[in-house]
Amino acid sequence: MFLAQSSPFLKPGLSVAKMMRAVILLMIPGIVTAIYVFGYGILVNIILSIIFALSFETSILYLRNRPIKTYLSDSSALLTAIIIGVALPPLAPWWLTFIGVLFAIVIAKQLYGGLGYNTFNPAMVAYAILLISFPAQMTTYWQTPTMLLSQVDGATLSLLESINFQLFGQLPANVSIDSLTSASPLGIVRTAISSGAATIAEIDAQGNAFGMLGGIGTEWVNMAFLVGGLVMLRKGLISWHIPVSLLATLGFLSLLFGSFELDSNPSPLFHLFSGATMLGAFFIATDPVTASTTPKGRIFYGAGIGALIYIIRTWGGYPDAIAFSVLIMNMCAPLLDYYTQPRVYGHGLDDHQEQ
Amino acid sequence: MNAKQNNTIAQTMKEAMYKLWSFPGGITLAGNKSQSNKETISTAKTPKQLIIPLSQHIGQPAEAVVKVGDKVLKGQLLAQANGAISAPIHASGSGIVSAIEEHAVPHPSGLVALCIIIDTDDYQQWFDCQPLLSDADTAEHSIHNLTHEQITTQIAQAGIVGLGGALFPSAAKLHTAEQKQTDTLIINAAECEPYITCDDVLMRRRPEEVILGILLIKKVVGAKKCLIGIEDNKPEAYQALLAAISGYKLPHTEPQIEIIPVPARYPAGGEKQLIQVLTGKQVPSRGLPMDIGIICHNVTTAAAVYQAVYRGEPLISRIVTVTGGAVKHPQNIEVLIGTPIREVLDQVGVAYNKIEKVIMGGPMMGFSLPSIDVPVTKASNCLLISEQGELATPPPAMPCIRCARCSDSCPMSLLPQQMYWYAKARDLEKANAYNVFDCIECGCCSYACPSNIPLVQYFRYAKNEINNEQKERNKANIARERHEFRLERLEKAKQAKAEAARLRKEKLAKKKALDAKKAQQESDATASDTDKKDTNDSADLIQEAIARAKVKKAQQQAQKKNTDNLTADQQRQIDEANERRSIE
Repeated sequence: MFLAQSSPFLKPGLSVAKMMRAVILLMIPGIVTAIYVFGYGILVNIILSIIFALSFETSILYLRNRPIKTYLSDSSALLTAIIIGVALPPLAPWWLTFIGVLFAIVIAKQLYGGLGYNTFNPAMVAYAILLISFPAQMTTYWQTPTMLLSQVDGATLSLLESINFQLFGQLPANVSIDSLTSASPLGIVRTAISSGAATIAEIDAQGNAFGMLGGIGTEWVNMAFLVGGLVMLRKGLISWHIPVSLLATLGFLSLLFGSFELDSNPSPLFHLFSGATMLGAFFIATDPVTASTTPKGRIFYGAGIGALIYIIRTWGGYPDAIAFSVLIMNMCAPLLDYYTQPRVYGHGLDDHQEQ
Repeated sequence: MNAKQNNTIAQTMKEAMYKLWSFPGGITLAGNKSQSNKETISTAKTPKQLIIPLSQHIGQPAEAVVKVGDKVLKGQLLAQANGAISAPIHASGSGIVSAIEEHAVPHPSGLVALCIIIDTDDYQQWFDCQPLLSDADTAEHSIHNLTHEQITTQIAQAGIVGLGGALFPSAAKLHTAEQKQTDTLIINAAECEPYITCDDVLMRRRPEEVILGILLIKKVVGAKKCLIGIEDNKPEAYQALLAAISGYKLPHTEPQIEIIPVPARYPAGGEKQLIQVLTGKQVPSRGLPMDIGIICHNVTTAAAVYQAVYRGEPLISRIVTVTGGAVKHPQNIEVLIGTPIREVLDQVGVAYNKIEKVIMGGPMMGFSLPSIDVPVTKASNCLLISEQGELATPPPAMPCIRCARCSDSCPMSLLPQQMYWYAKARDLEKANAYNVFDCIECGCCSYACPSNIPLVQYFRYAKNEINNEQKERNKANIARERHEFRLERLEKAKQAKAEAARLRKEKLAKKKALDAKKAQQESDATASDTDKKDTNDSADLIQEAIARAKVKKAQQQAQKKNTDNLTADQQRQIDEANERRSIE
């Protein structure tokens, strides 16, 4: 008797774990840039998030009687944790991360059946829950993008100071939370425009929102995630459909409305290189489990997220909108898949073969 | 031929001016062909015993025409075609028929099937072969002088079937093509699966046979266009065919044969994909290439047609690629149909202790054999004997993460992620709605799946289940119809009976009334007479009924006799017929 097996007998040695790890690896440029721009808080967030996520994943797998090692080593919880860590405010207290990861791993992922069965992007569920439940902490703990290496009058925290604050809520003697944080560029623009306090040109003159391309500080983070994302595309880890349609729709809408009312609409570049646009387009919206899977469906899915981002940023109640947009489109994914099935070979030939 | 020359030929192949289309999806695979395509075609020894299955084709198994103990010659008919879609089987060696019995045949689950077993002798004497042409005849005239019937009859009698893997009787296919006004003949020489090189070496070593075979098929089909699709990783074969074609100058009125290199991308050799690449057309779902005026034949089939017409030899051998890590000298070897695989491996030289898997066919669509004590059949194009670590043994499947790599690689534009979902949930209706029957089982999706889900297996399962359900439903329908018919019949009988009873009663009542009238009219003195007559009447009715019943009984008995005194032979025929009915 020889080994019996069903065809095909060739396998390229691909695995879910390898894909997840490759994605994590390509997030590193963005993460490093984010730490550089926003301080060590991001690093603390990520580490805390990973610890919480792996513990939750392990305990739930144990409770659900699943092979712990197999599922833990698929690295999907690790990826979710890293996304949460990088998305949370840099000075987020530990319990914010804890609650977020709890919702992501336990409720959004494992209670829906674990890897592959969740309807909603776990990291974005976490983010949305936190944003709704703890709006103050989620919006005020954004550290001013001070650039670690160019410390301006001590208004940034060292790694130890950051840990001390995030875990125990203790700031160095002469530092107040207000001196550390500021509104994000998207927030500044939104507040100014919606209250009619200033036009785009006036905000620009103040010099606290616009950088070279997008928002001050965040533009570099976006740039770094864009680089990582392009490598993912090149390596075939993700298909072009979602990020391209997302960015194109966001860019197109901001261009369209911007050309009508220059005074109250920032440029497409600002939208593309501020907030979490690139992180969202390449690393969050492309989460395969919760996205649409047909070629056409993926285009609609990406475009839907892009449009929602623009709508919520411009007319909605939140400065950024990746989480809500992704969650809303998650709901639409099964429908999109159903209505965008490709034409199967040999079907509906009458109008096709006449050409 | 040196590497440099090869490169230039490959370059010319790439630049060959012919508009090509492409198919969606597909995957790029390492060819692994160079191990086995260098040498000439060797010949396998005649084994001591030939095990020749009666069913080596699609359709009805052939019907044995020899008995145990018969002496047969090489090439002699062993079993004749049984029905329109069937093919005859011939003795691949001379000897004595030692048994006609069930024997293990190449099948993933070690299935047994009826085989004719021949103990071979030392003489290997050929049966009287009757070729239609000889090699001395030049192509253009000789083939022209043959009639379609002559060629198809020769093909049918030679037991030729689609040797690319479909195993459909070629004569039946050609017959339909003639009726269907087929104008394009496509010869499939793509050989897209890794490791397999039997078509490649056939084209390199016997290009004339291939071309003459194609000319014969072309003649039968009456094709206006003839295209040979060959993957661009076979420059030597391409060159050899080109040279052979130039050797047979066709009359200008005849359509020329075009050899068209197609990009090597699996599964370019799938019939539907090759048609799409060469013509831009798609075969309708659940239809045939003939529906769009195309007929496809494999290049090896063409060579078999040549053998049948020019040598009069039936299909009793085929070229088998024996390759893989456990094979000492990978090669192509011409093996007699029915030779046990073990003997082929013995001759080629295999490190038995290194064998991990024995695969019949290629690594993408072949199947693993549990044992090598099964015969080579008309379908055996390749024996892939792998060693530890050469082919993947996939790790346990993980959940589907809907990454869509499967649908991105599907050459049929299916959505394996959805079909998998429904097949797993046994929602067969949905699986069918997602066109699981259009799946060609090429294995691209399984290959591309990062979760190592055996997708193709799920789809085979779904198809099987749907087919079984359909069969069950048909059976149930027939049973229901029968039952309804019976109820209807019973109801009719009941009504007829009631009607008869009513009529009888009426008659009786009328008579009574009449009698009563008579009685009243007549005097009281005659009353006793009337009474007598009345009883006589009813006695008559009873007698009548008894007689009817007797006749009926006698009839029934007569019918019974008809099935009682059956010979064993007749009984077997009835049983077989019943069985067939229940299968259908």
